[in-house]
Amino acid sequence: MKDEVTRDERVDNLKGMGCSRKRVEDARFTQGKGNYVDDIKLDGMLFGDFVRSPYAHARIKSIDTAAALEVPGVLAVLTAADLEPLGLHWMPTLAGDKQMVLADGKVLFQGQEVAYVVAEDRYAAADGIEAVEVDYEELPVLVDPFEALKSDVVLREDLVAEDGTLPDGAHGPRKHHNHIFTWEAGDKEPTEQVIANAEVVAEESMYYHRTHPCPLETCGCVASMDKVNGKLTLGGTFQAPHAIRTVVSLISGIEEHNIRVISPDIGGGFGNKVGAYSGYVCSVVASIVTGKPVKWIEDRMDNLMTTAFARDYWMKGKISATPEGKITGLHCHVTADHGGFDACADPTKFPAGFMNICTGSYDIPTAYLEVDGVYTNKAPGGVSYRCSFRVTEAVYFIERMIEVLAIKLDMDAAELRRINFIKKEQFPYTAALGWEYDSGDYHTAWDKALKAVDYDGLRAEQTQRVADFKAGKTRKLMGIGLSFFTEIVGAGPVKNCDILGLGMFDSCEIRIHPTGSAIARLGTISQGQGHATTFAQILASEIGLPADSITIEEGDTDTAPYGLGTYGSRSTPVAGAATAMAGRKIRAKAQMIAAYLLEVHDDDVEFDVDRFAVKGAPEKFKTMKEIAFAAYNQAIPGLEPGLEAVSYYDPPNMTYPFGAYVCVMDIDVDTGVPDIRRFYALDDCGTRINPMIIEGQVHGGLTEALAVALGQEIAYDKMGNCKTGTLMDFFLPTAWEVPNYETDYTVTPSPHHPIGAKGVGESPHVGGVPCFSNAVQDAFRPFGNTHTNMPHDHWRIWKTANDLGLHG
Amino acid sequence: MSKKQHYAITVNGKEEEFLAEPRELLIYTLRERLNITGPHIGCETSHCGACTVTIDGKSVKACTMFVAQANGKDITTIEGIGGPDNLHPLQNAFKEHHGLQCGYCTPGMIIRATKLLEEIPNPTEEEIRFGMSGNICRCTGYQNIVKSIQAAAAEMNAAKEAAE
Ligand code: FES
Ligand code: FES
Repeated sequence: MKDEVTRDERVDNLKGMGCSRKRVEDARFTQGKGNYVDDIKLDGMLFGDFVRSPYAHARIKSIDTAAALEVPGVLAVLTAADLEPLGLHWMPTLAGDKQMVLADGKVLFQGQEVAYVVAEDRYAAADGIEAVEVDYEELPVLVDPFEALKSDVVLREDLVAEDGTLPDGAHGPRKHHNHIFTWEAGDKEPTEQVIANAEVVAEESMYYHRTHPCPLETCGCVASMDKVNGKLTLGGTFQAPHAIRTVVSLISGIEEHNIRVISPDIGGGFGNKVGAYSGYVCSVVASIVTGKPVKWIEDRMDNLMTTAFARDYWMKGKISATPEGKITGLHCHVTADHGGFDACADPTKFPAGFMNICTGSYDIPTAYLEVDGVYTNKAPGGVSYRCSFRVTEAVYFIERMIEVLAIKLDMDAAELRRINFIKKEQFPYTAALGWEYDSGDYHTAWDKALKAVDYDGLRAEQTQRVADFKAGKTRKLMGIGLSFFTEIVGAGPVKNCDILGLGMFDSCEIRIHPTGSAIARLGTISQGQGHATTFAQILASEIGLPADSITIEEGDTDTAPYGLGTYGSRSTPVAGAATAMAGRKIRAKAQMIAAYLLEVHDDDVEFDVDRFAVKGAPEKFKTMKEIAFAAYNQAIPGLEPGLEAVSYYDPPNMTYPFGAYVCVMDIDVDTGVPDIRRFYALDDCGTRINPMIIEGQVHGGLTEALAVALGQEIAYDKMGNCKTGTLMDFFLPTAWEVPNYETDYTVTPSPHHPIGAKGVGESPHVGGVPCFSNAVQDAFRPFGNTHTNMPHDHWRIWKTANDLGLHG
Repeated sequence: MSKKQHYAITVNGKEEEFLAEPRELLIYTLRERLNITGPHIGCETSHCGACTVTIDGKSVKACTMFVAQANGKDITTIEGIGGPDNLHPLQNAFKEHHGLQCGYCTPGMIIRATKLLEEIPNPTEEEIRFGMSGNICRCTGYQNIVKSIQAAAAEMNAAKEAAE
């Protein structure tokens, strides 16, 4: 058979790995035809909403729902007393704690769910909420974790035994009634010894403030109990639909095969949509009670105040070095404010997530980390906001400690990083706190980044600027923010990563259709990452059918294979690997079919782009399309008909993307307004599947980093009132505040991932936050600044300038 | 006692008549009463722009207006500017330049951009960033949204020139 098409054209036709394929998702979104949870409309659907506590800590003396039930359109009001007979007034959290579904005798944070009003529509529900009478008795409020650890006030009476002793928590012994756990990594004594004997030691305390992922779409669900068939369908904004199904089954007693969880289009997640929330449980119960579908959609205030905060880490560090700048030891203590319930979304064995990656990209021989979790009167959550389980906190910590050490040594911070990087030949590298970094080439990335921005030139300009400032010629300072980060993503190996006992593997199932197109289903769920586009590219390259002929489907637990969902940049490292592996199974069978059709031995054909050809005789081949047809329609001795495969992939290790970022910022000392002049981001995410999508992820992640570093926070007053419950107070940058970013890359494939990919969605957030923060701090370094806490909003920057005496 | 009133609005060229309480926000009228689910809800406090529509020639956040205030008005939503057979240049440009990720802000972004390009057919980057600053996107970092709007402007201007 004569081949008219060149090999390059055949490669292009596939739109496989490495090309900037346009997204297949976009048609529906650009035409207003997305299908998000709030777009779901079912016959007779009701609407549920919460009565929420105005107090941060109070006992509930009584709840009177009589007047609410008189409100037109209100059908039912659920309280803890209604849920108790079903055992659903509390639910397990992802962190091994339990959490009230509806207030059981008391409330522990402002906005806590007290009663659930079910009505014909939102307006009737709102009227019903107004009519519910709750009698509260206020209790002393604890918003400061350090105070909480000393206070006589008991936040969680349910965790104190009758004789006053403290039973162990999910992560071991508790030191105080408001203490949750102590978690350690590394070697305590050796580290303390190294630091005690070191010639140079830098110390710093820093607060990584509480913030919130705040996707543009809030959380919500539609629960629909079909009593005739005994089936529950739960549609909602779930980043982990299968895990939700299992949890719902465990707590409701409904058998798992009778539960179908569907994640429709999701309007951004960033960690907010990982957890299990009261709204899901109450909607399910309400649907069972009323026999009708029940929808629950958070409003923005509910979202910011109650579901899924992030960060809130008080970190104390000590770092030791030789006078030449070689780091010898690192000590870190964290006081972690978890709010009223420990609902952090971390793998079970990691109550502080992957905070133990806090030695960063540096070859630090000895280190010790200790984290104390604390209950306070704040909302529960502790999710990974666009990051992999506290890695953002870890990277912020080490990248600030490096800067602080550079000041102590009076050294250039770029040079200090360079002399401490783990060297290329040291990989795989086992860090002092236990992780085995799979691969990296930090020096190459760093040199490329510094060269791209003309680092020496920037420093010279900065020196001149300081001189001009001192001479009264300008009121603007210049900051050069550096960060070099190593991420740890792709959770994770089942041997050490599980959530609620569910192993963190992921999956892909492929069916090839007879005419040479395919559908693949995965255990993950896209929230904007473009899985339908990129996973088809992986498959196209693996199985030789065009990406345009491959449908990717996720988010329906009745059809998709079991998987742990999308967060922590785990989709590409885990489900992407499963996709490649399933594709290889398809290819293995296709090889046998091709050999049969070509009348040669299996070993005598080889895969080439979109076909199997006879070795040494490339003109004799069968295309994958032909093979697909034959698989279904030709009796092949010894082979079952059909062409399908499934792979459950348990990753042998995490992946370790890294990157080098530089931010150049001008700061007006009189207004505190920063102007980001330049932002250069080099990312190494291993093999690149779709450069266009990678760049998009980098732009988005950097913008969320900018938000966190420069203004975004969830703040409370002393009474536990959340001061940032609307978008008026909670900073989300607009196009006006955001710069253009320059993106760049190096490629260091992961050695253990089937296609070498590492994941990228969260890197820019993880590396971006310290980069923006370091730029602000660096601007003030010549005037004696060592560290100021984020968020660096205009007021705080102005205050830093004022405290340093720069306002004359 | 019914608190409902009679209203008539035109949406995407179609006249709609219905009874509703005056307190109903226009975004709910569109989404729940008329099943026009392109405009989304991100805040209900006029901050995010996900609910943006065009009313009598102006960009309006549909969560800012009661249905009573919209009575008699002419409304265009994302569904009214183009479909599978006649995509608006902006709809195409957002796809070509990766101007969206989760897509939740996209209908509001695009409908706002249609007005921006009417107001300023050849905007500078700064004018785009300022003119779009009522619309928040949590995913894209705006860089590719700006690019998409620039590309659509170029295409629309070229088409206009060709027609002249
Ligand atoms: S929903 Fe209208 S501006 Fe946010
Ligand atoms: S694309 Fe997700 S909010 Fe803009």
